[in-house]
Amino acid sequence: MTLQSIVTISLGAILIENFVLVRFLGICPFLGASKRPDTAFGMSMAVVFVMTAASAVTWLVDRFLLRALSLEYMRTVAFILVIAALVQFAEMFIKKYLPALHSALGIYLPLITTNCAVLGVTVLNSDHASGFIESVFFAFFAGCGFTLAIMLFASVRQRLEYCDIPAPFEGLPIALVTASLISMAFSGFSGLQLLI
Amino acid sequence: MDILYSVLALGGMGIVLGLLLALASRVFAVRGTRGSDAILELLPQTDCGACGFPGCAAFANELLRSPALAGECAIGGAAVAEKLSALLGAPQAKNTRQTALVRCSGGLRAKNRYQYEGLSDCSAATRIGGASPKECPYGCIGLGTCVSVCPRGAIGLVEGVAVVDHERCVCCMKCARACPKGIITAVPYYADVNVACSSLQKGAALRRMCDIGCLGCKVCEKTCVHKAIRVIDNLAEIDFDKCTGCGDCAEKCPRKLIVDAKLDRAPRMFTEEHS
Repeated sequence: MTLQSIVTISLGAILIENFVLVRFLGICPFLGASKRPDTAFGMSMAVVFVMTAASAVTWLVDRFLLRALSLEYMRTVAFILVIAALVQFAEMFIKKYLPALHSALGIYLPLITTNCAVLGVTVLNSDHASGFIESVFFAFFAGCGFTLAIMLFASVRQRLEYCDIPAPFEGLPIALVTASLISMAFSGFSGLQLLI
Repeated sequence: MDILYSVLALGGMGIVLGLLLALASRVFAVRGTRGSDAILELLPQTDCGACGFPGCAAFANELLRSPALAGECAIGGAAVAEKLSALLGAPQAKNTRQTALVRCSGGLRAKNRYQYEGLSDCSAATRIGGASPKECPYGCIGLGTCVSVCPRGAIGLVEGVAVVDHERCVCCMKCARACPKGIITAVPYYADVNVACSSLQKGAALRRMCDIGCLGCKVCEKTCVHKAIRVIDNLAEIDFDKCTGCGDCAEKCPRKLIVDAKLDRAPRMFTEEHS
């Protein structure tokens, strides 16, 4: 695990293959929890946490259970099961020992049990058959990418509140248009692949 | 064999994870967060949000930190405030419950300028033919825009004017934002007297338009021994910090605009019609 490969993974997960804006995973919390930057931040911290923890656990399950028994086709079901249990477990643990963190993550932690971005990162790791440390780093940076996307979007949405928007576009329609514009901007990063 | 393996693997995982979670819920159990459960039991638990916190549970947690907020529960009112103060050992909190008040009593007693036959919506009515179909530019139009936005069904039209049922109102002020005349304001729930008029016109002009509106005659101002009522811009206004609710102003008001709720709590209250 060299520094160079960490940079490569981080650039790839945050900018080039941003989970929300390029891969279109996790759109639901992206639109749902982005009305205010502080809720967006709580949500994205929960996503970073769950993604990192989930990819570590699912890597073990994938390698030592599914692949060992050649049950790869059960991947989706097994991963959902593991992630759901992990999130529940993590919530109980945090509530008991880290009440401050629990109140910061709040309701977002249980909400993202079945977030497709979380499932997506574990499935991608499994597809690439990457190593343990690599998988965890990739998941962490994917979560950071989610944070970047939702924070950008939340700050734009906050300014939209003050804009004179035509009535048919008020609310979700203008949010979707905004999201697509941000997504188009991110497509500009695809050229970075050549440099690495 | 494949089926057996997959069933065993997934079933085994399910059982192991389930047992782990069951164990964890025992080990990591958090006992009732320091009395907030007891507080929550006293609250109405309708999660109306009128206290300014997201739901009763959040309010209960906040009460632990600052017991002075005990009077903030709009639905619970004085009864809940008293119990909360007793539980939290705080000095009796002043009840700050408020209610919306439509500051117009005109309705059928206010003359029409023309017969309005457009959309049955106050905002629509203000946009054609001047400010209002009524002669009085301040008064309630009576088409019930506030009635339709009220989430608690606390507003009704009585004799052509909107009236708030103070018992049902939680003072969310949606009606105030919807009213194109801006004549709905918050008043203390325990206010015994209110001036339900918004007209700033001189008495002689108003008299031609409305049979009940405030003329600014200052009889109430002279009557009030607590100096709680003043006439500003031809309209009586009550300072609720000074008002003791003695009802002298209501007795002396020549237009019978000021109503003493102690004697006759909102005589035109529409709940009577409903119940």
